[in-house]
Amino acid sequence: MLKPIKLFGLFARISILNEVQYRANFFLQVLQSSLSLGTGLIVLSVVYSYTDNLGGWSQAELLAVYGVFVLMSGLIGSLVLPNMWAFMEDVREGRLDFTLTKPEDAQVLISVRVVAIWRLVDVVLGLIVLGVAITRMGLEASWWLAFAFAATLIMGMVLLYCVLLLASILSFWFVRVWELMEMMQSIFQAGRWPVGIYPDWLRLGLTYLIPVAFAVTVPAEALTGRLTPELLAGTLLFTIVALVVTRLIWKWGLRNYSGASA
Amino acid sequence: MSELATPIKPEPRRFGLRNMLTMYAVAARQAIIEQLQYPAANMMFMVHILIEPVIYLVVWSSVATSQGGAIGGYTAAEFAGYYIIWTLVRQFNLAIGPQGFHWRIKEGRLAAELLRPVHPLLPDLGYYLGYKVPQTIYWLPMGILLWLLFKPEINPVAWQIAAFPVVLMLAFFVRFFFMWLLGLVCFWTERVDALFELYFAAELLFSGRLVPLEVMPTWAQNVANFLPFQWTFYFPIEVLLGRVDLPEFWPGVLAQLAWIAGGYTLVRMIWKLAVKRFTAVGS
Repeated sequence: MLKPIKLFGLFARISILNEVQYRANFFLQVLQSSLSLGTGLIVLSVVYSYTDNLGGWSQAELLAVYGVFVLMSGLIGSLVLPNMWAFMEDVREGRLDFTLTKPEDAQVLISVRVVAIWRLVDVVLGLIVLGVAITRMGLEASWWLAFAFAATLIMGMVLLYCVLLLASILSFWFVRVWELMEMMQSIFQAGRWPVGIYPDWLRLGLTYLIPVAFAVTVPAEALTGRLTPELLAGTLLFTIVALVVTRLIWKWGLRNYSGASA
Repeated sequence: MSELATPIKPEPRRFGLRNMLTMYAVAARQAIIEQLQYPAANMMFMVHILIEPVIYLVVWSSVATSQGGAIGGYTAAEFAGYYIIWTLVRQFNLAIGPQGFHWRIKEGRLAAELLRPVHPLLPDLGYYLGYKVPQTIYWLPMGILLWLLFKPEINPVAWQIAAFPVVLMLAFFVRFFFMWLLGLVCFWTERVDALFELYFAAELLFSGRLVPLEVMPTWAQNVANFLPFQWTFYFPIEVLLGRVDLPEFWPGVLAQLAWIAGGYTLVRMIWKLAVKRFTAVGS
């Protein structure tokens, strides 16, 4: 259990050492993230110039949803997505063979290799937005709230990791998987709004197919005191099932994989 | 998606109008053949494009419903109509993205394209015009599905329906030239992501892509009048929605033509400067 964490730490250090050589990229990322944050906030303010309640969420609560969305985008964008792109590239170029020959578990290796540290800017911005939202909601801090939020956030991230890995595994069989990844990233945009506002067919898809609901709405529900213990338990169960299924499909995919180079 | 694989055979002597048309036809056919090979990938690309307006549609129709039925003169059903036409307009105003341009300079593809006897803009134009054919084919089932799911309301009269394809094509040309212009920035700098982000944020807010311009705050509507964006989304959508009358229609078409002329002139001017800067290594 400790080894993957140690590996992650090691790879993260390499990524950081690599990236701090290019400091200008940090400022450009700050600029880019602020632009997209600003656009998002303008959109929110246009909606709230017409109404003060969207599907039962007040303005401050909706700001919290948006904060979680930005935070989650940053986490996935820095920790998960770069690894998936690298993995897909490796399969295409035949470099995966080198990973497979290493003594450590291949799924762990391909999952922790890259950290896009500048994308962590979004994590910071998301936390700031969340801070503002929490102040506006006049929330009373409690251990239960903090625990529920942290737990749902981590589970949401794990679920997104599972779905993104499953999509990447398809590159064992198909060449043009990037369209699928792009599609999933744009579906993730639906998380800017609480999934409750979507029609049923879409909400089901956003819950089980691409777990935007678990990744963004549920943590936001935890923060705004909407989370029931049943929902928390259900999320935990779903996360465990998703992890096990992903692991099985990964192993099955690897058995079907035959090296392209070498 | 934006790649041109087979080079067009250069004619030794004159590059007349006829060769020009042949070249467009070849580039267009290539786009059609290339894209029809990948139905699954293209369907996914379609979902990728469609999810955006569906989100706006849901948000704005629920806002309209909560405000007693209509905001900015749009009912929930009219919002549905707006965003479903949006998806069709989006198919047609799709042009080479600045990312594609960036890729082609970075990979050294442009060097080969520069060797051809035609301006690289022209095969691009042919390719993206041809691309409309598979795009429309892939769009149809999605469009029908959205129509059934969201029950839109649109009220165009005959001339508006007839005029729609024209303004749709003009919208493509406006967007094509400005995307190309944005792509040209890659001749000067590698760090283009923040600039692209700014451009797309502006397009989102001032084109009617996010929401019909009447619904935007007044300051945004005023800014939009000085930018080309509304002629690529808002105007064609409104025409088919039946909300543009003749007195607004002709000035709109003129504005589209003016932006096309402006965009074209700018592309020509900046292209000349850009090519002077360009040095290729290898390939």
